[in-house]
This record gives sequence, C-alpha cells and structure tokens, in this order.
Amino acid sequence: MVIEVVKPGFATTVQDLGRPGYYHLGIPLSGAMDRFALRAANLLVGNDEGDAGLEAVFTGPDLRFTAGAMVAVTGAELPPRVDGAPCPTWTAFRVRAGQTLSFGVLQQGARGYIAVSGGIDVPLVLGSRSTYALCTLGGFRGRALQAGDELEVGASKRPAREGKAVPISLRRGFGAAPELRVLPGLYWERITAEAGRHFFEDRWTVAPEADRIGYRFRGGRPLALVERKQPFGAGSDPSNIVDSCYPYGSIQVPGGTEPIVLHRDAVSGGGYFMLGTVISADMDLVGQMQPHTQTRFVRVDMAEALAARRDRAAMLRRLREALV
Amino acid sequence: MQTRYSFGGDEHLLAEIDEEMSLAAFFKSFAMTKAVRESRIRGVTEICPANASLLVRFDPDMIAPDELLAELQALETQADKAEASLRTRIIEVPVFYNDPWTRETLMRFRERHQDPASTDLEYGARSNGYDSIEAFIAAHAGAPWFVPMVGFVAGVPWLYQMVERAKQIQVPKYLRPRTDTPKLTIGHGGCFGCIYSVRGAGGYQMFGITPMPIYDPQQQISYLREFMILFRPGDMVQFKPIDRAGYEQIADDVAHGRFAPRIRPVTFALDAFNADPAGYARRLKEALGGD
Repeated sequence: MVIEVVKPGFATTVQDLGRPGYYHLGIPLSGAMDRFALRAANLLVGNDEGDAGLEAVFTGPDLRFTAGAMVAVTGAELPPRVDGAPCPTWTAFRVRAGQTLSFGVLQQGARGYIAVSGGIDVPLVLGSRSTYALCTLGGFRGRALQAGDELEVGASKRPAREGKAVPISLRRGFGAAPELRVLPGLYWERITAEAGRHFFEDRWTVAPEADRIGYRFRGGRPLALVERKQPFGAGSDPSNIVDSCYPYGSIQVPGGTEPIVLHRDAVSGGGYFMLGTVISADMDLVGQMQPHTQTRFVRVDMAEALAARRDRAAMLRRLREALV
Repeated sequence: MQTRYSFGGDEHLLAEIDEEMSLAAFFKSFAMTKAVRESRIRGVTEICPANASLLVRFDPDMIAPDELLAELQALETQADKAEASLRTRIIEVPVFYNDPWTRETLMRFRERHQDPASTDLEYGARSNGYDSIEAFIAAHAGAPWFVPMVGFVAGVPWLYQMVERAKQIQVPKYLRPRTDTPKLTIGHGGCFGCIYSVRGAGGYQMFGITPMPIYDPQQQISYLREFMILFRPGDMVQFKPIDRAGYEQIADDVAHGRFAPRIRPVTFALDAFNADPAGYARRLKEALGGD
C-alpha cells in the first residue's frame, strides 16, 4: 500500500533508530531525535521498535491512505485528525482506505512521530532507512517529504488493537523549563572556573537555529576562556582546538558565546572546543524542545549519568510490558 | 606528548594524544585506532580517529566507562611501541586552481573575509610569504598530504601537508562562515586542507575545485559503486593542477563512467620522512607515476 503526501509539513522525514558504524567517515547516526517516542509509536501499531516512521517537526503532514492501516502518533502533542475528526495521541487508531490523516496545531513539544502498521518502506541504505538530508542520504530520496511523494508501506507484522494506548506515566511531560543534565569534560578546562559556574547558573533559551544537526542556546553570560598560546594547528580564535571528533550531545561554544548541542545528524568533527556532553538519558528531551524554550544545564557526574540511563532503560522496559 | 582522556557523556571517550598537530601525534592516534579496532573490546560501537586525538563511542550497558578507559590505556602502551610506519595508498586529486565557480562564490561572500580586496588565493599566497599565486599553488601541489581524519559531513577528508612545520600553509578561516560552498571545493583553514564533498556552508578559504567526486550516495559513479565514500583515514593525497580543458575532460569522463582515480599502494615511514621530507615527497610522487 501507498501513502500519498498531500502536504508535507514543515520538515517531515523518514526515520528509524539510525545508522551506526560510519561516524568515522562523517556519516552520523541520524534516526529519530526522540527515540523513545518512535519506539512507542511502533509498538502501538504492531511494528518492531526500530521500524521506520515519520518524524514531523512543528507541523504535521497531510497524508492520504490508499489502503487501511493502524496508525499512532507520539512524542510532541501534535493532534491527529482522520478526515477532520480528532484522534488521541499515544494511542493506536485506524485510518481506512481513502481517508486523510492531518494534524492540528502543535500543543507541546517539537517533534511528532507517526508510525503506520507495516512501517514506511524506503530502501535500506547502510543498514538504515533514516534520512540524512544534509548529504541526501537514505530516507525518501535523501530529503524531507514534498507534496506528491508516494510512500510505500510494508506488510503488517502482527495485529494491533485499536485504542491501545501508552500509559500516561510513560508519556513525557513537558515542563515549562526542562533541565538538561551535562557531564563536564572533553575540553572543559578551556573555560575559567567562573565561566564554568556561570554556565550552570544561567538560564539559556533555545535559539531558532535548532535542527537535527544541533541546538543553539542563547541568553547566558559569555564564557571566558583561559588564556594560552594557541597550539600549532588549532587556529587563532581562543575557542579553537586542533580539529577533533564531536561526540553526540557534546556542547561546543564558538567564540565562547552561544553553546551548541550536537544531535543525531551531528557534524562528526571540527575545530571548536567542547565543555561537556548532554547525557544520553536527556537526548530525547532535547529533540522535543521548541525554539524560545528556557532551560538550565545541570551538572552531573558519571555515576549520576549512568543512574539516569538506567531509569530511561527501566521506562523502556515498562513500555514494552504495557504494549507487547 | 601526554595523552589526556576525558569522557564525552556516558557514551564517548576522548583520547587527546597532543594539543598541537604533528605527524607524530596523528601516527599515534592512528596506531591506537588500529589497536582498538583489532582488540574488539565489547561494547565499542564507533572508533573515530581525528587529527591528534581519537574518539571511541561505547555502550555503557556493556562495558563500564572505567573499564574501557583501562583497556584504552593498555592499548596506548602497545601503540607507543608500534613502528611509525603505515601501509596505505596515495590518491591523485586533479585540481582546477583559481576556477570560475569558487571565484564567483568567494566574491559573493567578500564581506565575511579578512581581506575583501583580495581573492582567497591571493590572501593565502601573501599571508604565507609567496610573491605570486602561481608560487603558492606550486607549494600546495608540491608535496603530498595525509588524510588524518574523514568527516565533518559525509566523506570530507581533512588534509595535512607532509612538509616541515615551517613550510606548512596556514590561513585563518573566514571571519564568518559562508552559507554556500561549491561541491568539491578545495579548502584550507588553519593548517588543514579539505575537499568539500557536498555543496553547503563552509568557513575554509577556497583555492580551487576538483572534477573528481568523492561522495556518491546513489553509488552510480563507477569507482564509488562499492562504497559511497572515497577517502579513509590514513590515505594520502597528491594534488595535480589542471586547466579548464582538463577539468572538463575529467568531468565528462566521470559522467560517462570512464574515469578511474589514480591510486597506488605505498608504505610510509615517519623516521625516513623526517630525515628528508623533500626527497620523501618526491619519491611518493614518483610512486604515483604518470606525468
């Protein structure tokens, strides 16, 4: 069966759980920014957790179904409608042949995940169906959807029950000012002790430049760098280092002014110092932050980062118990 | 050189071999990369060599961070003993220097440049003490370059020229990055060159363009059918100046599946290179053959 894209939405892409193994050649992981939400949407419609779905940013697409399918929308509060009739999020619902799935105005969060029973069937590229649009790789022709595109859908793997829903306790709440936990490190010593305190004290705001590659933050005090004679090859700006690899979630601060958190489509390396890394447990949350969201960075140590990771893993186990 | 380790969150471990760039630092990071890859440490998901560092991505559910750190430190001792030689390959990259496309682009972004009255080549020549752009191009294409690192975006080689430090070409990046760079532009920033694999933003000075694609996600170009990216960390590059007619000939050959990059296997030994950089560069160029 085929889904016709009537309206594409702002930046809707095909994503699964990503393409590991090629970062040393500059091909990033890609995949859903909010991995938990994609897994939930897939489990609701009887798919494998890692099947490909659609990631819709801020606005949803209009999709016409040529055959019936079970659908679930998770992640952001992006209210689905079937031929205009509202449907709940985080809940499996049926779309019949000839009907159109559309979306109301975004209520909370930034990215909605749309899973269709059978999964979106684009060709596997290096083991994944994820879109890496910066280098036109994977997904639907390596780019965001456009009006007129026709998406193939795979065969349904197992039956799904209409009305099946993710328990409220497992849906992410969106507080007014979410906090991002950071493990200081990498080139942390490049900033002064005072700048290090400011970084964690100040309130930061998500800038409009926030996409799959990275999230920029504004509003905190500039971070003073420790003076030094720049090492050979590092470049003249004090925030430059000899070009190095950038971890996912790493926080670079070009010129010491605006921190950038790299996300799933990260550039794999470059010449800006990084002061630390957003812990893995909070990466999904970054992907759900809208521009102008206020946040604070919270300092954690490795033990706390690992404990947070275990909490997320336990949440995923509860999700599987609830849905499988 | 004193290796510094630091965790990048709960999934990455950075090993910084040295703060400054040198062939010795690159060789050690490359030797460690090889050792980590061969040791097949459980839980390691990505091993990324960089210019003077390497980054290991791991799954902390499979290996405790401190355990991985201990494994890497043990491998570092091993890498220290490794002979600084490398069996690799040298790849000829034809370059149309001072071409009309990068020239058009650099004129559009002049207000972002240190020296709006010059072209990037004129600026590069002057700031490196060359009295003409021809002499500067001769130096740029006069000795091979190492590829210590591939990335930024898909398939971009970082390039480090194999000459004594005093002869390294150094230019600052643009004051503010451009929003556009032609695909396959030969760029330079700091002491590193690069080849832009796709069109897009960029901050490196632009010296020329190659007609030889280095990334093809469609895998239709004859020499990129098996894998979509040409370069690997550890490769060497020799630039070959071509003119407009040469550019168009190769572009046409690529389009018709007739072009094959000139690639030769070579062994590189750091000590022999350090003893006679100019002679070594000449021999590498000879190994490549051709005119």
